[in-house]
Amino acid sequence: MATNENKNGEGVTRRDFIHVAAGGVGAIAAASVVWPLVDQMNPSADVLALASIEVDLSSIERGGAVKVMWRGTPIYIRHRTEAEIAAAKADDSAVLPDPATDGDRVQKPEWMIMEAVCTHLGCVPVGAEGGYNGDFGGWFCPCHGSHYDTSGRIRKGPAPRNLAIPPYQFVADTTIVIG
Amino acid sequence: MAGNSNFQSNNKVVNWIEERMPIFSLIDGSLGASYPAPKNLNYWWNFGSLAGLALVIQIVTGIVLVMHYTPNTELAFDSVEHIMRDVNYGWLLRYVHANGASMFFIVVYIHIFRGLYFGSYKAPRELLWILGVVILILMMATAFMGYVLPWGQMSFWGAKVITNLFSAVPVVGDSLVQWLWGGFAVDNPTLQRFFSLHYLLPFVIAGVVILHIWALHKHGSNNPLGIDVKSPQDTVGFHPYYTAKDLFGIGVFILVFAYFVFFNPNYLGHADNYIPANPLLTPASIVPEWYFLPFYAILRSITFSISIPFTDIVLIDAKLLGVLAMFGSLAVLIALPWLDRSPVRSSRFRPMYRWFFWILVIDSFILGYVGAQKPEGIMPTLGLIGTAYYFFHFLVLLPFIMPKYEKDTKLPESISNPVIK
Amino acid sequence: MKKFFMKTLASAATSFAVVLGLSVSVFAADAEKAPKEVNWSFSGFFGTYDRAALQRGFQVYEEVCAACHGIRYIAFRNLTEIGFSEEEAKAIAEKYETVSPQYYWEDTEDFDGNPAKAKVYPVVTAGLSDKFPAKQFETEAQIRDGNGGALPPDLSLITKARHHGPDYVYSLLTGYEDAPSGMEMVPGMSYNPYFGGSQIAMANPLFEDQVEYADGTKATADQMAKDVVTFLMWAAEPKLEERHQMGYKVMIFMLVFTILMYFSNRRVWADVKKKKD
Repeated sequence: MATNENKNGEGVTRRDFIHVAAGGVGAIAAASVVWPLVDQMNPSADVLALASIEVDLSSIERGGAVKVMWRGTPIYIRHRTEAEIAAAKADDSAVLPDPATDGDRVQKPEWMIMEAVCTHLGCVPVGAEGGYNGDFGGWFCPCHGSHYDTSGRIRKGPAPRNLAIPPYQFVADTTIVIG
Repeated sequence: MAGNSNFQSNNKVVNWIEERMPIFSLIDGSLGASYPAPKNLNYWWNFGSLAGLALVIQIVTGIVLVMHYTPNTELAFDSVEHIMRDVNYGWLLRYVHANGASMFFIVVYIHIFRGLYFGSYKAPRELLWILGVVILILMMATAFMGYVLPWGQMSFWGAKVITNLFSAVPVVGDSLVQWLWGGFAVDNPTLQRFFSLHYLLPFVIAGVVILHIWALHKHGSNNPLGIDVKSPQDTVGFHPYYTAKDLFGIGVFILVFAYFVFFNPNYLGHADNYIPANPLLTPASIVPEWYFLPFYAILRSITFSISIPFTDIVLIDAKLLGVLAMFGSLAVLIALPWLDRSPVRSSRFRPMYRWFFWILVIDSFILGYVGAQKPEGIMPTLGLIGTAYYFFHFLVLLPFIMPKYEKDTKLPESISNPVIK
Repeated sequence: MKKFFMKTLASAATSFAVVLGLSVSVFAADAEKAPKEVNWSFSGFFGTYDRAALQRGFQVYEEVCAACHGIRYIAFRNLTEIGFSEEEAKAIAEKYETVSPQYYWEDTEDFDGNPAKAKVYPVVTAGLSDKFPAKQFETEAQIRDGNGGALPPDLSLITKARHHGPDYVYSLLTGYEDAPSGMEMVPGMSYNPYFGGSQIAMANPLFEDQVEYADGTKATADQMAKDVVTFLMWAAEPKLEERHQMGYKVMIFMLVFTILMYFSNRRVWADVKKKKD
C-alpha cells in the first residue's frame, strides 16, 4: 500500500528494504509453522516401531497356518505340505490369470507367506482351517467367490491378481522379519 | 465491518471476484487503508489483535491434538502421553496449546484493563464491551473444560469442585449437578461431554469475536484521549500503520510465548496433573489455573450466610453466596457502562478515577494471590477485604461516590490538536 | 506517553511475575522440608542430558528401583535415545515378558458346554516396540500386599509430577535419617523429612557400591541418586533436548523478525510522527 513517499531517494530504498526483509522473515516464520501441523499426521513413533515385525515360525506344524497382523493387514503364514508344494509347482504351467511361478512367490518352498487380502475387494480369504478352501485347495474368498491355489495365485472368480507377497526375510532358520 | 471502502484494483481477476462478491472491499474496509483508526493509539491497543491471534493458535493446535487424543477416562491420560512421546511434534503442539491458554488470558486481561483505564466501555461502545465480557465468560468455560481433558489429578478434582458449585443452586442444585455429570460422580460421561463442548465453544467464541469486531467497526476504536474522532486529520489508515504496529506486537508476543513453550513449558501448570486421576485421593491442595485465581478467591472468601436477624432462618447460605459473588464479579462488568456515569472516557482526564483504577488492579492481584494460598491465617480475611473492595469499586464508588467528588475537566480539542481548550 | 507505557508495563510485568512466583511457591510451603537444590545437566536454558549419567541412571533403575516401580510409558526402542545400540536395547527387552498385542482364538467351551472361541493375548518375550511392562500383570491389591500396603508409583512421570521434581526425588533418595526422638513411627515406615508426613513406606533404597558402574564411576549413594534422577527426568521429558534446540532457532528467528518489524513500523509511522512535532 502506497504511503507518503519520502523525497529522499536513498530513504526510499532503505525503507523498502526494511519492509521487504521484515515481510520475508515473517513469511518464512509463517511457512515453517505449517510443517509440524502437517507432519503430526504422519505415522507416529509407536506406529513406525511396528512397521516391521518378527515372527517365530518354529511352532507352526506342517500343514498348519497362522495369521499375524502387520501394518494393519492380516498376513497368512502357511507351513505347506509336500503335496501342496507339488501341486503349486505343477500348476506353474497352467493357464493363470496373473502368471507367476511358485518359485517366484516363496523364499523357502515350505513357507507360504502372503497378505490375506483378496485382490478383488479386500475381504480376507479363508484357508484350510476355514472348512472350504476353494476348488484348488488353497484359499477361497467367501465375499465374491474367488479361488486361490496353494501358491495363493488367483485361479477362478472375480479377483484380478494373485494374493500379494509382503516384503520379508529369514533372519534365522525359522524366524522371519516382515516389513 | 463493511466500511466505506473505496477499494479499486487494476487486476482483472480481483475485479471479477469483487464484482460478484465484494470481499476485497470488505477486507480493505475492515483491516485495510480504508478503515480509519485514531492515529494516537498506544501499545495497549495491540492486545486486541494479539487476542485474535491467540484464539487462532488455540483452535489450530486444538484441532490437530484431537487427531490423537482419546476422550475416555481409561485412555485420556495415556493418549496425552502418546502425543508427548510418539506423535511427530506432538510435544510442541501440546505445549503450545497448554501455554496458549495462559497466553490468551494474559492478553485478554490486559485488553480488559486497557478498556477500563481508557473508558472504552462507554457510549457508544457499550455493546462492544458486553460482547467482550461474553467472550471472557466463554473463554473461562472453554479453558476449564479443556483442563479436564488430560484426566490428571488436578483435572479430575478441578472438575469435581467446579461442577459442585452448581449444587449451591436452591432446590434443583443436586439434580443440576447430576445433569452436568451425566451420573453420580465426575466420570466418563462428564469427560466426554466436556470434550465435545471444549471443541464446540471456541467456534462460538470466534462467532462472538466477529460480532465484537463488527460492533467495534461501527464507531471505530476508542483512543488514549478518549475523545471522538473529529476529522480525517485525527486518523490514519489501519493499513499500513496498524498492521505494521500489530505485527511488531505479534513478534514480541511470540517471543514471550516461545520462552514458555520451549524453556519452561510446565511453569504455568500443576505438577499434580502429571498424576493420573484418582477418585480416591484428593491432592494436598486443589488450585485452579492462575487465570481463575481471583475468581476462586472471591468464591472462597464468603464464609458467612445471610439470615434474618435474631432468627435461625437462613436466607442465603454461604456456599450459594460465594457462587453468587463469583458470578456477580463478572455480572458487574456487564453492567459497568451504566455504573460509571462520568461522560469522560479516558483516565488521563480523570485523576481521581485513575487512582481507583490502579487500586482495582492491585486488588485483582491481591485476590489472585489469595486464590493461590491455602485458606489459612489471614488469607480468608484478606480475600474478604479484596472481594468487598472489588464490589465496592463497581457498585458504590463508580455510581454513587465518584460523581459527587469528581470535578469536570477540560478535554483536548481533537486528536490531531491535543491541547486543552 | 511512552514513559507512562514503559513504566506501567514494567510494573505490570513485575507484579505479574510476583504473583506467579508466589502462586507457585505456595505449593512448597507444606510441612515437608524444601528439597535440596542440585545443578542438573538438563536444567536451564542450555540444558542437555548427560549421556553417561543417563545410562548409569538406567542401570540404577533396573537394578534397584525396578523391583517395585514401573516405567510404563517408556518403550524399549526409546533406550536407543540414551545411547544404547539397537542390539543392546533388544537384549534388555528380551529380559522382560509382556502381553502381546497380537491375539489368537482358542477353542473353549461356553457355560453350557458348547464349543466357543476365546480371544487370547499370549504373554511373550518383549521386543523393541513394547513398553516396559510395569506392574500391570498384578492388580493394585496384589501390589499393596507385597509392599506393606503401599503402592509404589510408576516412575515414568515422577520428576514432572512433583513440585521441583528432580530436586525432590534426589532429596528423597538421599534424605533418609533416624527419626527424631519422641516421634512415633508407624511400624515398617522409614523417616524421611522430604516426604509429606515424614514417614515413607519405601526403605532407604540406595547404598554405596550397590551397583557396579561399567564406566568406573564410584557408586556412592549420592552419585546413584543423581544418575537415576537424570534418567527419570529423561523418562518424563524425552523431548527436552529437541525442545531446547528448536527453542533457540525460534527465539533467534523471532528476535530478528521483531527487530525488523520494529524498524519497519517506525518507517511506516515516520511521516505521521513528523507532522505531530
